[in-house]
Amino acid sequence: MANFSTNEFKAGLKVMLDGEPCNILENEYVKPGKGQAFNRVKIRKLISGKVLEKTFRSGESVEGADVMDTELSYLYNDGEFWHFMNNETFEQVAADEKALGDTVKWLVENDLFTITLWNGTPIVVTPQNFVELEITETDPGLKGDTAGTGGKPATLATGAVVRVPLFIQTGEVIKVDTRSGEYVSRASK
Amino acid sequence: MKNSRCHSAQLPTWQMQITPANLQLRAQLLARIRAFFSNKNVTEVEVPVLSHSGVTDPYLDNFVTQLTLGQSTTSLYLQTSPEYAMKRMLASGSGCIYYLGKAFRHEDAGRQHNPEFTMLEWYRLGFDDRQLMAEVDALLMEVLAMPSAEYLSYHSAFVDYVGVDINTATLDELVTALAIDCHYDVQQAGRDHVLQLLFNIHIEPKIGQARPCFITDFPASQAALAKINRNDPHYAHRFEVYFKGIELANGYWELTDATEQSARFAADNEARIIAGLSPVVPDERLIAALESGLPECAGVALGVDRLFMLAQNIEAISDALTFPLPRA
Repeated sequence: MANFSTNEFKAGLKVMLDGEPCNILENEYVKPGKGQAFNRVKIRKLISGKVLEKTFRSGESVEGADVMDTELSYLYNDGEFWHFMNNETFEQVAADEKALGDTVKWLVENDLFTITLWNGTPIVVTPQNFVELEITETDPGLKGDTAGTGGKPATLATGAVVRVPLFIQTGEVIKVDTRSGEYVSRASK
Repeated sequence: MKNSRCHSAQLPTWQMQITPANLQLRAQLLARIRAFFSNKNVTEVEVPVLSHSGVTDPYLDNFVTQLTLGQSTTSLYLQTSPEYAMKRMLASGSGCIYYLGKAFRHEDAGRQHNPEFTMLEWYRLGFDDRQLMAEVDALLMEVLAMPSAEYLSYHSAFVDYVGVDINTATLDELVTALAIDCHYDVQQAGRDHVLQLLFNIHIEPKIGQARPCFITDFPASQAALAKINRNDPHYAHRFEVYFKGIELANGYWELTDATEQSARFAADNEARIIAGLSPVVPDERLIAALESGLPECAGVALGVDRLFMLAQNIEAISDALTFPLPRA
């Protein structure tokens, strides 16, 4: 993999730091009039998800990371691995529990997920920003409550639990933002 | 109100980046600067932008080009500042002078950097650093419509904002105070580098927010071309001006001693070699001018593009320029 100098750093560039692939989020070049230039770089570690700021001496190089995102659909879980497939090439990859993380609660067969591959191995599985899921269990709400004050917990078909307005009932399909885990609306059906 | 940031995003590259309205305001700023000096009988001068000598400063890098005539090739250096030429003029009897024009630095572009930029540099005979700071303040009050600046010594800035006494703190203590994650061995980069990082990261964002701030009495190890304070050799007669997180100007009560100047050039070259850079032949004509006699004076360099950014609340230097490097 090629090396990248600080002056090539830009948002989206994937580099290796401390043995872990990282995504560069921001890069600010600082050059005091009479002093060594440096770069303040905001980085997301792709495996741990941690965001940190690191200072580089300008002109330093770091190794690039062979990281790519691919859209795959979820097939099944064999007890140890979760299997995903490329709908065009039918190529399959297996992600472990660590790569899946919290995404396990949004898994629906045939839904598309973004799989981040590092040297060909899945390291992160990201759901679509919005998913539509059926409610399998929630307390019956008070009749006539449309203001949605307070809300109540509802369990979805995948096992995820989200807070929904009181008027939402078991069996309804709702739209959820997976980034915040929050209810958005009733599904548009 | 901030000037629009995304102004350039949709512009074709043939088109100037500065807005037509800002182009007018920039011309007015230059006219006001010229009027300021004209009223004080300071003479505007031009200097060669292309010169036979480069700069030894380990943190400055010249653009170098070649003049080839038949068999002979001469290296020529685009000037990082008009300083050497202006000092040769002062030693030639020019009297008080200012330069308002281009300077070049072989370095990356950034939010506050363009490799080609406009510099205002001036020299006042018989002034010391205090008197020159008062004049810089007067100029800033006029062109930025600002209240008078505040003054803070380099030493006090570290006491106030970092909680260390730079005269007694060990390198370990300074690195601990830095409290940032460095990808390189910052300790090995040396004490002055750590001081500069501390300054840039922990002090610069906090000073000079409501009004410009003069940082005075730099440590002698960062004297550049300033006189060392005779009463306290920890410090040099060097100052910088900061406003809203932007380094705006750097000035000295100028070193006039040719022997000391030669020694500093030599020390610069030693630092260059340690840093893995090639040494630069010192400007012999500047040394000769100092030997002949540079009159006692103070001088300061000020970034005009940055001054304009501050005057108009422009976020990125590229929006203060007609054609920043990517579209030059």
